[in-house]
Parts: sequence; C-alpha cells; structure tokens
Amino acid sequence: MGENIIQVENLSKSFDISSKEPGLKGTLQHFFKRETKSIEVIKNINFGIKKGEIVGFLGANGAGKTTILKILCGLIHPTQGRLSVAGNLPYKRRSNFLKNITLIMGQKQQLIWDLPPIESFYLNAAIYDIEKFEAKKRIKKLSEMLEIEKELYIPVRKLSLGQRMKSELLAALIHKPNILFLDEPTLGLDINAQRNLRKFLKIYNKETGATICLTSHYMKDITSLCKRVLCIHEGCLTYDGRLEKLLKKISPIKDILIICKTDKDAKELSNSGFNIKNQNQKEITITIKKDSIKSTLNNILNKFEIEDLYINEPPVDEIIGDILVKEKV
Amino acid sequence: MKIKKYLKIYSLFLSTSIASELEYKTNVIIDFITAILSLVGSVFLLTIFFQNTDNIGGWNFEQALIIQGIYTILNGITNTWFNPNLTEIVKHIREGTLDFVLLKPLDSQFFISLNKIAPSGFLEIILGFALLFYCIGINQININLSFLLLCLTTLFCSIVILYSLWFLISTTTIWFVKTWNATEVLRSFLYIGRFPLNSFSFSLRIFFSIFVPIAFITTIPSEVFLGIALLWEILLEIIVAVIFFLVSRRFWLFALKYYTSASS
Repeated sequence: MGENIIQVENLSKSFDISSKEPGLKGTLQHFFKRETKSIEVIKNINFGIKKGEIVGFLGANGAGKTTILKILCGLIHPTQGRLSVAGNLPYKRRSNFLKNITLIMGQKQQLIWDLPPIESFYLNAAIYDIEKFEAKKRIKKLSEMLEIEKELYIPVRKLSLGQRMKSELLAALIHKPNILFLDEPTLGLDINAQRNLRKFLKIYNKETGATICLTSHYMKDITSLCKRVLCIHEGCLTYDGRLEKLLKKISPIKDILIICKTDKDAKELSNSGFNIKNQNQKEITITIKKDSIKSTLNNILNKFEIEDLYINEPPVDEIIGDILVKEKV
Repeated sequence: MKIKKYLKIYSLFLSTSIASELEYKTNVIIDFITAILSLVGSVFLLTIFFQNTDNIGGWNFEQALIIQGIYTILNGITNTWFNPNLTEIVKHIREGTLDFVLLKPLDSQFFISLNKIAPSGFLEIILGFALLFYCIGINQININLSFLLLCLTTLFCSIVILYSLWFLISTTTIWFVKTWNATEVLRSFLYIGRFPLNSFSFSLRIFFSIFVPIAFITTIPSEVFLGIALLWEILLEIIVAVIFFLVSRRFWLFALKYYTSASS
C-alpha cells in the first residue's frame, strides 16, 4: 500500500432504498408492502492519498462524496473492496484509529447546546485521554488560532453560526488528529467566516502535517485549499489529479469583455456570430477558444470601434459547476 | 485504568448535564412538583382500590405500598437516566448525530445511555426510598445486612431489565428509524407494575412475566422486601437481568453494522 495514508481499492457500497408513489394509495402501499431496491452509490473506486495532502472531493448532490468520507472514517461498512486508513480497517473503529481521525460536518453539531463550548472541549479531552493541563494548553492555542478566546465561555446557543463552527472545529481537533474529514465545513457561513476557516485549515495543515479530505459546494474552499481533486459522478471516480490540470483540461476557453464606443457597434458586434455570454448595452462578453484569441481580437479591433477590452478566465465556479454534471472529465 | 477513565467521563457527563438542566430553572421546579404530585396521585389511587377490600391478589394495602415505592424508584431512574438518554437514540439516528458518538474512542452504548441526566428524577428516587422505609416500618420488617443486600440486588436487576428492554427497542430505530411509540408502550406497561402481579388474571400474568417481564421489574423485588420471595425467583431475576443485558449489548453491536448514517 506504499506510503499512502489512505488507500482505497475497488471500493463499492450499495444501500437498500425504498421508494413511494405519491398520494394516499401510494402511502398505503408503501406502508403495507414496501418495495426496496439495492442502489449502488459507490462503484468500484480506487485512489490513494499521501500524508499531509489536502484533497477535495467534487461532485453534485448525491454523487457519493459524503458516503466515501463516511466509509473512510469508519461510519459505514463498505459492501466491497479493500481500504486502509492510517494502517487500519476503518469500520472496525479501533480506539487507536479513532484517536487519529476526526470528522467535521458543517450541518451537524456535537457541542452541548446550553453550555459554553469550553465544557464540551474538556469532555472531549477526557474521552481522548488528554490530561487537563495538556487540554488547557491545546484549547488556548487552538482558540487563539481560531480567534474565539472570548467565545469559549458563552453558551453555544448564543454564538453566531461562524463562532459555533469554529468551536466545532476546536472540539474536533483537541486530540490532534492526523487525518481530518471535512464534510462541507463552510456550509451557511458568511464570506468572512468562510475565509477565516480556510485560513485556519491551511495553517493547521502546514503546522501539523495533517491530511485533509474535504467536500464542499463552495468552490472557493476547493480552489484555495486543495491542489488535488477527485471528481465523483454517480458513484464513479471520473477524475483524480491536480486541480490546475483539471481546469486547463476542461476549460480551454476565455471570456472577453468588450466595451463598444457606440450602440451601433455593439449591435453589429452582437450580430456577428460570436458566442455571446452576456450583453449590457455597450458592454458585451464573448466566449472564445484560447487558441483563437489572436485572430478574434484582430478581427474585432479591425471591424469595430472599441473603447476598452478585458480578457478573463471564466470563474472557476462555472467551470466546476459544468463538470459536476458531466459523466467523464 | 479503563474504569478510572469511564468514571472520570461519567463525572463530566453529570456535571455538564446538571449544568445544562439548571440553565432552565422554572423547568426544574415544575419537574419537582410533578414528581411529588405523581406520587401523591398514585397513593391516592391505591387507597381507592383498597377502600372496599382488604386485599388484592393476596396483597394488603401496606404491602401494595411497597410495590408503589419500588415503582416510584424505577420511575425516578427512568426519568433521570433512561428518558433523557434512550429517547435521544431515536433522534441521534434520525438526524445522524450518532456519527459523533461512534467516532469517539469510547464505548458507544456507555455514551448514549449515560451522557445526559435529568436531576428532577432524583426527587422521585428519594421519595421512593422514603416510601420503602415507611413500608418497612408499617410492615414490621426486620432489617439486616443480608436482607438489604438481597433487596438492593433485586432492585438493581430490575433496573437492568428495564434498561435493557428500553435499549433493545430503541436500537431497532437503526432499521425502523422511528420507534417512539414502542418505548411509550413500554412505559405504559411499567404503570401496570404498580399493582401486584397476582391481581391480574392467569393469562395476563403469563404475558407480563414472559413477554414484558413486569413481574421481574416490580413484583419480585417487592416480594423480597416482604420476605416472601422464593430463592428460585431471586435467582431467576438475576439470570433474566444478565441475559437481557447481554442480549441488548449484542443486539446494539449487531445493529451498528446496519447503521447507514443520515444523509447530509
């Protein structure tokens, strides 16, 4: 299995799922004679992750990203395949394995709702066999990094979503895990809170050398944290490699914003057969292939009166959004 | 070492859940009042039953009070530990927060069975013991060490049986997702345990001994108090408690293999 801290071979997982027809008749049928069928949500996946890597899992809702994370941290038994996480079979959930990993879920919380987060931190410390003195030191350090020193003593229910998420992170990291599984950690957070969280994860990875597996629908999370991504589509692994390469491969296009001098020019330009992305009076954005930039620009500059012109990469969100619904990358 | 760790964690469970409960003062006071009224109501009901007769199923009023005392203690334990924790299992499974429990290097059954506590149930336990001591007086029962040991053993066994039953039903949530009704039915059966088993018809007695072991939960410990329990009954109570506990544990570990976790 080499030097990979996570190794997955021919991994498959099926769930029995029941479906229901709408209406009262469907409900009664569903109640008395439930028909279940086995659905393969993960199909023969192979990959390896090295120690210290930050890997992003990309895929549309229901693609199987969270299921993979849950199999890797030992919550779900795989139906088939071999896997090893930090030298362990995750689903055995042995104590030394559990002390090595952590799972953070953006939409679920483990902190005690009515008490200040510090109470949950000390409880977690005791569960992970950490002495009180050492726990105090770690809480101090992590709360400084996360900038939540003041919030440690305020009941969780009175914290903002961002402060709560940071506290969740602290609770999940108190035992210094080597592998972090993050399932949409920035869900619902505002832009600032998202940025802070990403900054923290970057520093944490650099300082501790921890391996991070991340799923997120906020592309900024992926682009700013992950050098490597795994694209999952309907349970299959469709791409495994560097993010830059993926972007280049799937996006051989550029956006050109052209500001025309007159309305007449704008009208003529929009009728000249270019692929128009959007138009706002005299401002027109066209999409062209990277290798035709020179000829297209020559053509435009010769034919029309242009006030200004910008060449942009299309936003990463759009590119990735596109690939999420594609079968093969 | 492990026991020390679990004791330390349990003391933290206690302090955090008491602190959580005390955040809502009025609620605690209302719970205390409910506990007192509930006991007064039950004793009143018993006096009505005994108004026109001296005994029901071979038990007189003073003896029936013992069953009421044991029932009150068990109800207190139910309210202190079982209710706040075991009803949460359903929530843990439905909402997928069981994930956090399963990923802790700690026994998951220990965590979900004991991590919360409702202090108001303590009052019921105290009231139950007070009633028992009163019954020891009025029934002129001689207390000695072996008597106390036997009483506490059978009482402990009945707690274990009740816990295991409740835990078994809650565990089925892993497949059925929602089983609140089943645990409610169990609680209603426990109400039946306030009356001597002999006061029911033969077929009901069989039902409450075999299918829902109410006989083991309240009647046998009460008979021990009165000194009329037979040795085989006490041994059977212990065996049933051990079997129920082991089955509930095995069943939990087996069920976890089928846990699919809630979707995100």
